[in-house]
Amino acid sequence: MSATTLLAIVLALSLIGYLWGRANAGALKRAGQGMHSIPAYHGYFVALSCGVPAFLLVLIWLAAQNTIIDSIVLAGLPSYVTDGVESSRMSLIASEIKGIAGGRIFGTPDQALIDAAERYNALRGIASLGMAVCALALAIGGMIYARSRLSPEFRARNRVDNIIRWGLIVCSILAILTTLGIILSLVIESLAFFARVPVFSFLFGLEWSPQTPMRADQVAAAGAFGAVPVFWGTIFISAIAMFVALPVGLFSAIYLVEYANHRVRSVVKPLLEILAGIPTIVYGFFAILTVAPMIREFGISMGLSVASNSALAAGSVMGIMLIPFISSFADDAISAVPQSMRDGSYALGATKAETIRQVLLPAALPGIVGGVLLAVSRAIGETMIVVMAAGLTATLTANPLEGVTTVTVQIVTLLIGDTEFDSPKTLAAFGLGLVLFISTLALNIVALQVVKRYRERYE
Amino acid sequence: MDKTAETTGVLSGAAATRTDGHEIKVAASNVSVFYGEKQALFDVTIDIPGRQVMAFIGPSGCGKSTFLRCINRMNDTIDICSVTGTIEIDGANIYDPKIDPVLLRARVGMVFQKPNPFPKSIYDNICYGPRIHGKARAGSEMDEIVEVSLKRAGLWNEVKDRLKEPGTGLSGGQQQRLCIARAIAVNPEVILMDEPCSALDPIATARIEELIDELRERYTIVIVTHSMQQAARVSQRAAFFHLGRLVEEGETDLIFTNPSDQRTQDYITGRFG
Ligand SMILES: Nc1ncnc2c1ncn2[C@@H]1O[C@H](COP(=O)(O)OP(=O)(O)OP(=O)(O)O)[C@@H](O)[C@H]1O
Ligand SMILES: [Mg+2]
Repeated sequence: MSATTLLAIVLALSLIGYLWGRANAGALKRAGQGMHSIPAYHGYFVALSCGVPAFLLVLIWLAAQNTIIDSIVLAGLPSYVTDGVESSRMSLIASEIKGIAGGRIFGTPDQALIDAAERYNALRGIASLGMAVCALALAIGGMIYARSRLSPEFRARNRVDNIIRWGLIVCSILAILTTLGIILSLVIESLAFFARVPVFSFLFGLEWSPQTPMRADQVAAAGAFGAVPVFWGTIFISAIAMFVALPVGLFSAIYLVEYANHRVRSVVKPLLEILAGIPTIVYGFFAILTVAPMIREFGISMGLSVASNSALAAGSVMGIMLIPFISSFADDAISAVPQSMRDGSYALGATKAETIRQVLLPAALPGIVGGVLLAVSRAIGETMIVVMAAGLTATLTANPLEGVTTVTVQIVTLLIGDTEFDSPKTLAAFGLGLVLFISTLALNIVALQVVKRYRERYE
Repeated sequence: MDKTAETTGVLSGAAATRTDGHEIKVAASNVSVFYGEKQALFDVTIDIPGRQVMAFIGPSGCGKSTFLRCINRMNDTIDICSVTGTIEIDGANIYDPKIDPVLLRARVGMVFQKPNPFPKSIYDNICYGPRIHGKARAGSEMDEIVEVSLKRAGLWNEVKDRLKEPGTGLSGGQQQRLCIARAIAVNPEVILMDEPCSALDPIATARIEELIDELRERYTIVIVTHSMQQAARVSQRAAFFHLGRLVEEGETDLIFTNPSDQRTQDYITGRFG
């Protein structure tokens, strides 16, 4: 029986348990008993007692089954196959056995392996039968146990509440653990990288050319891993993006909150939100097909030399992407300034512009700054637009018409293609990723702190 | 733009004089106010004499604030609000298209129900108005305006050592006096107060009432209040509004002791509202 069928059966049993529990409780209630919980809760309790343990058992079983079977099969191999074999080779043998067991036979395998494959199949059969029997027994047992607890005083309502609470706790712990796992793997890989390339020369080196010899006899540069030009590219493009997004986003927010009437607002706001919903890859197209050629032609007509992948093209399109982000934060911050501040200013004879500049913007500043910081951290982490529109060579330049490369672009190019996962070239991607992660994390923390402080101010 | 020329242009009307020696500062005739389709004020005609305190009383929702906000054209900031009729200050109609409401509001100051100091320093709160109107240069000239305004608002002794601290850090009563000082700093002719004490305790209220009595020497004051005692204490004249209409208006003593309208009688004796 496959695990899917098994889970379906457990689910059906739970449903039956629910109906059964509810019907029994309903009967008690009709018999005039004062029930602590309404019948539906008794039903839920029976269903959960039936389904949850069985479900968990199946999950754990499936997780453990493979390693256990593998080790039994490998332990049963004759010594002439396993003697003196290192562990990495061992896993190859295991996958060969599994291949044979699945009927994918290449050449003529050793008889011992064929025997092992048969044993493997037999063990799997036993395991899945065992799992089905145990799970069903647990489900039915849980159902009967829960039914036996059913009585007028039984606090099914509180029990169900407790079970749900635990479910929620488990989910949030899972989310946290996954995050921790991701960070951990990033850190471990980066440590492997920093074991080969010193941290100092990575963080402060001015040259980036991660081409290392693939084979020992190959003649190639040793590879330089100075990340400064790469980080400079990210900072430069993000700065160009903010240069576009900040004024446009802020001013459109001011217009929407303070000047636009209801009709305009109800049209423009959704339009800005559409801008926020465009996939970044579409912005990437826009950058290479429209903006970059436009900038290049304009530059040539002015007698300037413009790279085909200029920092300006990538940065300005990224800025367009960030406009709705900034404008919605600024909008919230400005709307949150109490009407009494505006009234106070108007009553003193201030014009609208004076009121905005001298009262509203200072009061809304923390909120706006928070939004801007979040936008910056998005710009830094943004990948698609720059992969498509920014260059690949790491140049340390302040000329927006030249091509620069960014951290995310480098990570992508380091990891695609035929790569060995333990060369400094690929490991460098994790080093870059770690530094990127730490800097955006720091920015986000600062930004959220700022946003929080401003929330407290008016509530 | 020459602001003083503009301002004197407003002043140039001929002011009527009353027999009791107080000239009429604000004269409203047939003022009606609409919020969208809904009419909130019906044909209000009233003369407000200068250098006195006029109190507007009446049950909630009767249009006191609405009328008060007509006098400095604060209603202009509400999109759906429209005003008909005329209001003359010193004989010149403030709803004349030639009048700039921004300049008008420098002459007709306003204090709100809830103290609303800007989230700036006490000093900057006071010089906000003079600065935008170019009334004084930064430095000793501005320092003097700040000091005089705070003294007139009776706040100077309490805050003179902490002018750089935020105005929002003061107590409610102090904040309200700061708002009064802020209004005084632009040297207005009329000060409108919309329930200025309703968020304050009795001691802070008494302090503001004293202040209103002192300010009467220099300014024309119109105050909206829900407290009959307060109206009796601070005002020389009173006007009773009901359901968007001005029911009666006259000397405060007369209104309170011998009202001519039954509705006024009922309201001041607490029978409704
Ligand atoms: N901004 C507005 N939009 C629509 N209607 C308004 C607005 N402001 C006031 N009104 C309406 O105008 C009428 C008069 O309101 P107003 O605020 O002048 O009353 P009030 O006498 O000041 O009352 P209170 O003593 O409670 O302050 C009320 O019916 C009110 O609902
Ligand atoms: Mg009011």
